[in-house]
This record gives sequence, C-alpha cells and structure tokens, in this order.
Amino acid sequence: MKLTGENIIEVENLVKRFGSFTAVDNISFQVRKGEVFGFLGANGAGKTTAIKMLIGLWSPTSGKANVAGFNLFTEAEQIRKNIGYMAQRFSLYEDLTVIENIQFYGGIYGLRKNILKERAEELISELGMESFRKELIKNIPLGWKQKLALSVAMIHKPKIVFLDEPTSGVDPITRRQFWDLIYNAAEKGTTVFVTTHYMDESEYCDRVSIMVDGRIEALDTPVQLKKQFNAESMDEVFLKLARPTEVSSKQ
Amino acid sequence: MNRRRFFGFLQKEFRHIFRDRRTMLILFGMPIVQILLFGFAITNEIKNVNVAVLDMAHDDVSRDITNRILSSEYFHLYQNLHSEKEIEAAFKSGKVKEVIVFENNLAKNIYSKNIGNIQLIGDATDPNTANTIVAYTRAILLNYQQELNKGSKPPAIIQTEVRMWFNEELKGVYLFVPGVMTIIMMLVSAMMTSISLAREKETGTLEALMVSPLKSWQVILGKVIPYLVLSFSITLLTLGLSMFVFHVPIRGNIFLLLGEVLLFVITALSFGILISSIAPNQMAAMLISMMGLMLPTIILSGYIFPIDNMPVPLQVISNIIPARWFISMLRDIMLKGAGWSVVWKDTCVLAFMAVVFLFLASRRFKMKLR
Repeated sequence: MKLTGENIIEVENLVKRFGSFTAVDNISFQVRKGEVFGFLGANGAGKTTAIKMLIGLWSPTSGKANVAGFNLFTEAEQIRKNIGYMAQRFSLYEDLTVIENIQFYGGIYGLRKNILKERAEELISELGMESFRKELIKNIPLGWKQKLALSVAMIHKPKIVFLDEPTSGVDPITRRQFWDLIYNAAEKGTTVFVTTHYMDESEYCDRVSIMVDGRIEALDTPVQLKKQFNAESMDEVFLKLARPTEVSSKQ
Repeated sequence: MNRRRFFGFLQKEFRHIFRDRRTMLILFGMPIVQILLFGFAITNEIKNVNVAVLDMAHDDVSRDITNRILSSEYFHLYQNLHSEKEIEAAFKSGKVKEVIVFENNLAKNIYSKNIGNIQLIGDATDPNTANTIVAYTRAILLNYQQELNKGSKPPAIIQTEVRMWFNEELKGVYLFVPGVMTIIMMLVSAMMTSISLAREKETGTLEALMVSPLKSWQVILGKVIPYLVLSFSITLLTLGLSMFVFHVPIRGNIFLLLGEVLLFVITALSFGILISSIAPNQMAAMLISMMGLMLPTIILSGYIFPIDNMPVPLQVISNIIPARWFISMLRDIMLKGAGWSVVWKDTCVLAFMAVVFLFLASRRFKMKLR
C-alpha cells in the first residue's frame, strides 16, 4: 500500500438539496492518492447522491470539491478524462460482444487504435476471458460481466475509479475475486472510491466513511473505527451509528 | 481525438441496429408489404360497379358506347337517368359509383365537327375507387374512338370531361405512398430513437456515457445519425418500389422532395429524443410513441381519412400533427409537381415544429442530467 499522503479528492461542505429535501448535508472529507476508500451508509443515506456529484453527473447545491486535481465546478471536463465509473448496474451493452464493449469504451475515452488493441488483449488475458471474447454480454455469467465492467471502467487508466455498490447481487466467491481486482488496481496506483452496504467488505478498505442521513458520522481506518466504537466488527460499528437506539435497547 | 470518440460511438450504434435482425426485418419488410397490399388492393377492387347513364343523345353512338361499357365485366347498369337533376339523387342512394353523361347530338357532332363530348362523374368520397373507375371507363372510350377512326379522315375525337363529385381534388389518391413513407419515418426516427435512448437509460449505460468525456450533444448526434441513415434508406426503398411497381409519379423536383424528407426526419428525431427524456424505460417510450405519435399520425394526418371530411375540431387538432404538413407537401410535390413556391408555407410550419421540438428535447435532456 503506497500512501503518499497527497489528497486526490478534497471535499468541503458539500451540499445537495432536492427541493426541501437535503440528500447530502454539508459533508467534508479527503481521499488520499492510492488508497481504497470505502463509502458506507444505509440505503438512502446519500451515498449515491454524493458519488454522482463527484463524478460530475449532478451539480452540487453548494460547497467546494477537487477531484483528481481539478475543480468540480469549473473543470468537470478534465475530471471526466481522469476518472472511471462503474454503476450498480454495470454499464455494458448486452447486445454487443465482450471485445466490442471494450473497443467502444476505449474509443469514447479517446484511446488510439493500436493502444486500444493492445490494452484489450491485455485485459482479456488478465481476466482469463479468451473463450468469451466474441460472446455477447447477455450470454456470459454475472460474475464475469462484473469483472469485465470493472476492467472496462479502468481501460483508460484513470487516476480514480468510482464504484457504486459494485458487488450487490453476486455470490461471495465472485465478490472475493472482485476485491482481488480492486487491490490489483490500487497496487498499480489507482485510487478506488467504493460504496457498499456489505460490512465485511468495508474491512478490506484502507479507510472507511460512514454516512447517516446525508452526513458523514465517522471516518477512519476499520481498526480505529472498531476501537472508537468499542465494537468487534464493522457491522456493529455501523449498527451503532445508523440505529443507535435500536442497538442499545437490545443490550 | 474528439472525432475518434464520436466515430466509435457511431459504430456501436450501428452495431445495435444491425444486430437486431428482427427489427430490421420489420422495418424494411413493413413498407414493402404495405405498398404491395395497398397497390394491389386498389387495382383489384373494380368489378361489377354500378353505373347510371344519362343519355341526352339517344343515337347510335351513345347506344354503342353504353353497350360496350356494360358488356365489360367491370360495369353494371344500375339505372337510366332522364335529367341532370337526378344525378345527385343517384349518387346519394349510395349504389351508383359513376354517372356517364352523353351530350345532345353526340353522333352528329362526331360526324360533322369531328368532336363529341362525354362527361364522366365519379363518386369521389372513395377517391381511390372513383379514380380507377373513371380510368377504366376512359380506356373503353379510347378503344371505341380508335375503332371509329379506322377508316375515316380527319380523325374524330371523343372528349371526356371528368368530374369528381363530393371531393373535387381527389384528395387521398395515391396518398398511401406518402402515408406509408410518413409512418415508416415516424416509426424509425421517433419511435426507434426514443426506444434506443430509453434503453440506455434503463440499463444505466447512459450514465456511463455521461460520465465519459463524450459531450452530451455528441451522444445525441451519435444516437440520431444512424436512425437518420436508416429512415432515409427505407424512404428511398419505399419511393423506388412505388415508382417502379405501381408507377406512382414523382412530378416535382426529386431533390426538393428529399430535402423535405430530411426536414421531416429531423422533426421526428427531435420528437423521439423528447419522448425518451420523458419516458423512464423502453416500455414507456414505446407506449408514448405509439399513443402520442403513431395513432394521431395515422388517424389525423390525412393518411387514411381525408382531413376535409373530418369534423371541424379534429381538423383544428390535425394542424399540430407534423405528418399532416409533411403528407400534404409530399402529395403536392409528387402528384401535382409543385415547386418551392407552393410548399414553402408547409415547409416553414414543419421547420418551426422541428426547432421547437429540438429546443424542448435538448432542454429536457440536459435537465434530466443535472
């Protein structure tokens, strides 16, 4: 793990309101270059809204943010070239083949033909997908789709890759393999910003932030968080934060 | 670099289209089947048509011609009329489809002045049939004229004056060709585009595109161009088929015609984008295009039902249907040979609609993303 200490994402007092509803309520945090940053929270806590602001899909109501060294408000274009994104529904075209999907995404990120060809071969052999190469996406197993989607999201070697609940709905073995891919990317220097609601996954992250009702209620390494909340697992930390009354009443 | 991105996007879009063989088959097959159906249905319709005869001549020529017409398998004498006043009643009875009027002294005129007049009146409430019936009658008359002129010099001419009652301009004739073209263009441009954009929304790939360095106008343009190409080729196919198989004329300037086609396709495409920005998924996009676009187009554009025969409120509503203006232009250019001086008004209306839809579509599209 090479943490240089340099911040690649800096967020200050970021707010997003939809009418009278405040989805993201004044959050501030930093992500260091090269770390795997876990972004946790219950459904509806504001994770997806926050991530969509950081990747430039939705504009914030107020606040400041720098992503990959560029200002979120004025340099969105530059940000787009330097980040990768994989959504809950991984964005592959079902009626295109594996290789066509790779070519397409490489193409829209402006990779040159010869580089793209090289990168595609590299990617396919890394994933061990040689036999699927000309198979339509709809015909390959979910686990493979998901791994492919991650690799495709990083085809242009972005500085940061944003993963929005990438592992929802897949079996534990595939999840494990998927995290291997994430570590792999982090080792090569890519910063990984990942949201999840699997608490066991949060243990794999370098640092974890926990969002409750639009606010960041905790942010530290998993070890420190467990110490701070006097908990045995991240699951317990999360429950204490998200539903403090419920947990205490049980005890 | 920008261009490379864009072309990659185009390539992918064409792959989607060509991979979906069934849809391709429907899109190309439908106009062919429709044109063939319409075309042959019209030519086969005529048999034992009831006619009425108003014979003011009562001479051998008028009798000869009457016999000849009635001895063909196409016509059947329903009644003999005795004055012009009876014509309207004959038509209104609904049985008579054509009235043949022989002028006074027909034979005398032919032999002395070398010219005789016969009036053919068609019931143009059903314009296609009326036109065909009259054409058949004229063919028989022409035949008779040729035989008449075999020995004699100078040649005699039997002049036919054709009148179409109830629908003087014969609106609706050949309308099936412009109509089919319009429907297909609507289908491909508006419906297919909206479905394809809605699909990207549904599967989440639109989000991925928006996060990529592609600009939103590039995404839209990339979506639109393949369907523009597709609907243009289908239009050419339809036109070719109707010209070479059914001899539907294109009397006006073909480039003017294609220019108008392009304008209409752009209108329909912007409509498609607008729909997809409203519809949350493919199913909704399809339903909205069907109910909001295809049905009004089919019913209110004059494609099947002549606008002039509609109740006034529907006539007013038909003004906001783009296809209405387009079909009228197509008819003017193809059938009447009209030029720019005639169609510029309709063109302006259509262009105005295109601009409005484009504006609304791009605004809604951007709004959705923010």
